[in-house]
Amino acid sequence: MELKEKLVASFLAFENKGGLDLDSKTHATRLQAIQNFEKRGFPTKKDEEWKYTSLKSILKKDLGLFPSTDTSIGFKDIKEYILNDIESYTLIFIDGVFNSFLSSTTHDDCDVCVLSSALTRPKYKMIVDNYFNTIAKDNNSLTELNTAFTKEGAFINIPKNTIVQKPIQILNFSTGKESEVMLQPRNLVVVGENSHVQIIERHQNLSKNTTLTNSVTEIFVHKRAIVDFYKIQDDTKDSSMIDSTFVSQKQQSVASVHTYSFGGKMTRNNLEFYHEGEHITSNLNGISILHDKQHVDNHTLVNHKYPNCESHELYKGIYDDKSTGVFNGKVLVQQAAQKTNAFQQNNTILISDGATINAKPQLEIFADDVKCSHGCTIGQLDESALFYMQSRGIPKKEAKALLLFAFGNDVVEKIKIPQLKTRITKLIAKNLGVNLGFEL
Amino acid sequence: MLEVKNLHASINDKEILKGINLDIKPGEVHAIMGPNGSGKSTLSAVIAGKEEFDVTEGSVILNGEDLEDLAPEERAHKGIFLSFQYPVEIPGVTVTNFIKTAINETRKAKGLEDLPAKDMLKLIREKADLLEIDRKFLSRSLNEGFSGGEKKRNEIFQMAMLEPKLAILDETDSGLDIDALKIVANGVNKLKSNDNAVLVITHYQRLLDYIVPDFVHVLYNGKIVKSGGKELALELEAKGYDWLK
Repeated sequence: MELKEKLVASFLAFENKGGLDLDSKTHATRLQAIQNFEKRGFPTKKDEEWKYTSLKSILKKDLGLFPSTDTSIGFKDIKEYILNDIESYTLIFIDGVFNSFLSSTTHDDCDVCVLSSALTRPKYKMIVDNYFNTIAKDNNSLTELNTAFTKEGAFINIPKNTIVQKPIQILNFSTGKESEVMLQPRNLVVVGENSHVQIIERHQNLSKNTTLTNSVTEIFVHKRAIVDFYKIQDDTKDSSMIDSTFVSQKQQSVASVHTYSFGGKMTRNNLEFYHEGEHITSNLNGISILHDKQHVDNHTLVNHKYPNCESHELYKGIYDDKSTGVFNGKVLVQQAAQKTNAFQQNNTILISDGATINAKPQLEIFADDVKCSHGCTIGQLDESALFYMQSRGIPKKEAKALLLFAFGNDVVEKIKIPQLKTRITKLIAKNLGVNLGFEL
Repeated sequence: MLEVKNLHASINDKEILKGINLDIKPGEVHAIMGPNGSGKSTLSAVIAGKEEFDVTEGSVILNGEDLEDLAPEERAHKGIFLSFQYPVEIPGVTVTNFIKTAINETRKAKGLEDLPAKDMLKLIREKADLLEIDRKFLSRSLNEGFSGGEKKRNEIFQMAMLEPKLAILDETDSGLDIDALKIVANGVNKLKSNDNAVLVITHYQRLLDYIVPDFVHVLYNGKIVKSGGKELALELEAKGYDWLK
């Protein structure tokens, strides 16, 4: 049976076995979503938005949809993937199941807990009704699929006027107890007026088996709130990931999403910002460092609907071997969005002749008093810079690494959590295959 | 110290150097002068090991060792330093981090441990003072947005840090005003000793007022057409190059 048929056929069993409330609004949402998915199916290369990214080979795998969780996983198995040198809240999911023993949640000043409880407890009904699946709805067949199978994920609810002192780490592990699995985490983040939160998200396969993660995150940022969201994608070479992150912003809010793609076989990032007020700032930063036959596809959208807003987008790529990258950056400036400042930059270095990038800046501007710019460069390492460094005694390999490090540096500079910055710097050094004697 | 013997070099099959001979002994300052396109910068790049050039004949020997098969970094480790006419901008790498890496890589090549951070800092400060370089300057990205004078001063700062046996100064005076020229020349003179040597490549005689050469060579069309003492530079300044052709 093909994966699509298998998913549709499993839906009833999923709802029944999962003990999910069939009278709830969520049930209706799920039902609608599975019907939409059934109608549309998985995207193919015939879809304009999927022209350069194929799901074909991964969908051929016999993926298990409801893996049993490995309860023997302990802290020692996962600690290298957690930022330990910093106090934080942690939400740890093993094979899609929340592990309360390894996690550190709170309900004190804010809610850092799990979506399954938010979906079922009366206390959170209002929030779920007001926010859940409101931006993701009807977006594409993969988000519909995730919505249909929504069961677990992070639920972060920050009331107004709250500065969350500790960053929140969301970690999804797959243990591969069953051979090949598909996971569909679903996160909901609501940040109240004047509040501030930092979130770090990571997906990690602990086995050598194939995993496909189809993750959806909805983030709501209220007036004057600040949200920093960091995505670490350094998974194994048998792991594929489709991430859809939607951000809805109210006036004077600042939302930043940082995407670090180093690992994984195939990674597709759909990142969309929707403006619902004036004087909003949206920041999109990304760096991809790829080897072998890895593939990363960054599809971004900033939808400017109101006047006096800004968006800043900076994506860098370093592609080696036969790796491939896609950058599709869409900036939509609607007629009402006068005085918009929208900047987009996409710089790529191709280290080998076999590496490819498909870059597509897409600016659609319907307002006349705006400042919009985009810059797109694709190049090789600067030979004269290499010779300069060599002539000072720095061997070619180190000189290359230093140049590549420097190339990615402005993306890393934007990280506001020092411990995370160190971690990302180390990951970059590791992925460039060099030990540098200092931090940039 | 450095012997250049019958050196022929070409790029894309076009011969630029057509048999250069040069013998530089420890403690000496040599100047190479010549009009544009005579091969001055090519000579310095070939000595430093730039791979785009093919050495078709002859050899470059440093302290008895033929440099032919050595990569640029290996030549640097053996004591060759080239001050660039156009230093390259490297955004994202600070002056301090760059020189630290250069020093420690050179030490590594010699089988030495990294220089302790404290000693490194002390050395950096000492040499920065020598070149009258502001401390703030050291945490800026290498050469990025530097003025012409700052770039050249930064080159000599790196030379001071690396303490080369043979320093080649390629058009170090270009882009310098007279005050910056004095600081740079003064730095070079302070670094001079009986154990090292300097090769000054220049278009004009001006720099040679401050870094006084023991020998002056005139390069024309890939060959040294005349050699002499420091008075040759003055003669060239007065008469131009035409009388030598």
